[in-house]
Amino acid sequence: MAIVVERKRLSLLERCYLPQIVSGLLITFKNIFKPRVTLEYPDQRPVIPAGYRGAPTLVKDSQGREKCVSCQLCEFVCPSKAIRVTPGEIDPGSPYSHIEKAPKKFEIDMLRCIFCGLCQEACPEKAIVLQDEFSINGLSREDFVRSKQALYAAGGVLPDRIMKWKKVKDNAELGGNR
Amino acid sequence: MCIFSTTVFDACALLCAASVSAPECSGGIDWFGIFMQVVWAFLSIIVVMSFAGLSVVAERKVCAYIQGRYGPNRTAIPIVAAIPLVGNFLKKNGLMQLVADGLKFLFKEDPLPSHVDKFWYMAAPVMALAPVLISACVIPFGFYVGDGGEIMPIAAANFDVSLIFALAVGGLGVYGAVMAGWSSNSKFPYIGAMRASSQVISYELAMGLSAMSVVIWTARTSDSPLSLFEIAHAQVDWWYCLTQPLAALIFLVCLFAETNRLPFDVAESETDLVSGYHTEYGSFKFGLFFVGEYGHMVVGSAIFTTLFLGAWNPLPGIEWPASWGWAASALSVVTVLLKIAAMMFFMIWVRWTLPRFRYDQVMRIGWKCLLPLALLNFTAYLIFASF
Repeated sequence: MAIVVERKRLSLLERCYLPQIVSGLLITFKNIFKPRVTLEYPDQRPVIPAGYRGAPTLVKDSQGREKCVSCQLCEFVCPSKAIRVTPGEIDPGSPYSHIEKAPKKFEIDMLRCIFCGLCQEACPEKAIVLQDEFSINGLSREDFVRSKQALYAAGGVLPDRIMKWKKVKDNAELGGNR
Repeated sequence: MCIFSTTVFDACALLCAASVSAPECSGGIDWFGIFMQVVWAFLSIIVVMSFAGLSVVAERKVCAYIQGRYGPNRTAIPIVAAIPLVGNFLKKNGLMQLVADGLKFLFKEDPLPSHVDKFWYMAAPVMALAPVLISACVIPFGFYVGDGGEIMPIAAANFDVSLIFALAVGGLGVYGAVMAGWSSNSKFPYIGAMRASSQVISYELAMGLSAMSVVIWTARTSDSPLSLFEIAHAQVDWWYCLTQPLAALIFLVCLFAETNRLPFDVAESETDLVSGYHTEYGSFKFGLFFVGEYGHMVVGSAIFTTLFLGAWNPLPGIEWPASWGWAASALSVVTVLLKIAAMMFFMIWVRWTLPRFRYDQVMRIGWKCLLPLALLNFTAYLIFASF
């Protein structure tokens, strides 16, 4: 059983279509003077909302110490195997030498990274953070493999008030258990 | 090559026109007169072609503004863009995009599909552009004051039946579409060509009839009312769009249909026919179709301006006084060009406002609305003018 839709019978003015054309023309003419909605991308950048998952970076704490302790949990959890960590000891001359380990090499292949954020979730030290960089460019495959230096340069400082290592350091300096 | 052949075609047509319109030189051939006719012809071609090019930019810009975008404003030619102010102006207004587009059409690979009828396939773009340029030659772009103090039109060819000539030659443009559609040997161009030809046939009747009511009105004051110049000259006090609004409206609608502009875009409707009759064309040949389409719009707007918008008269009741000499003729040319530009803007504006009519709607409007209306209008003015 077909459904019959009641349609309003159009008046002569409506059927001759010209008033509608005129009102449509007025609308488009007003649009000419409205501000443009285009974001002129390379010159203007979009506002990145908080919690955006851009390129992963390594961060330092407020004292300039690298937070990564090369536990390799991120490497383990990474579903696309983009992260490769080579663990190493801290330089014996450093004031933090007796606290933790640090990565000797830390490489993220941005061609493999899928921006899932699992590394950030897995990290016990909050050392790896997905930040707001969304445009990742390069001319060769090697350009996309980010070294430790590049990752720290991109990451900056995460001002975190909890410093788990400090207790260990204080204890060690007081001659406590080490 | 194609541009060259169109120009030659054009020059030949003009020589014919010149020999028709210059019977006063009896003994010997007036070589200087013929040379000047060719110069005028090139000038009017230059005007139409540059207008066509600029209207492509205007189309993109106006479309962008209506849709809240910026339009082309990035393309920069290295040295020109470095000129202060001018370079930035050209870049922001998309004028360098025009150069880039033109160069692209010129230098792209020009493939010739193996399944086409080669001769007609090559001839079609020329056939689309040439009538436009030929009909451009009868348009009066302004006036000048002759030796005897009489007003003469600035037109490459001025003869008694220039209105008929312009309409007839302008209507030939559809042969380009038909030839392209047939020779492409492919479904969509074929359907597009069929639609284009039936649309032009349907709307040319109403167009001619609405122009005829202008002609009979001009015939009250002039001996040769079919001349565009006389029609323009008769509109000093009342423009014909004011005395004959219905004829102007019908002519305008038919103009949109003749030039295949939206809302009468069925011949190349992208949604159902890929891109209609020029689907199989690319690079320079497509460029000729493209320029021909815009040139057709320019010539159409010029004819509409001459018929209904008072040609070179700035306002109804006001004219540039002939006593100003060359200043008056310069002002008249500027007036005509401004009016053509305004018409082009209107055509672009309508394109980005209205959706495309369905094919059956196009036919219904043409045969059941415009043609009877034009007939009624013509009859009414015929009765009115005979008293």
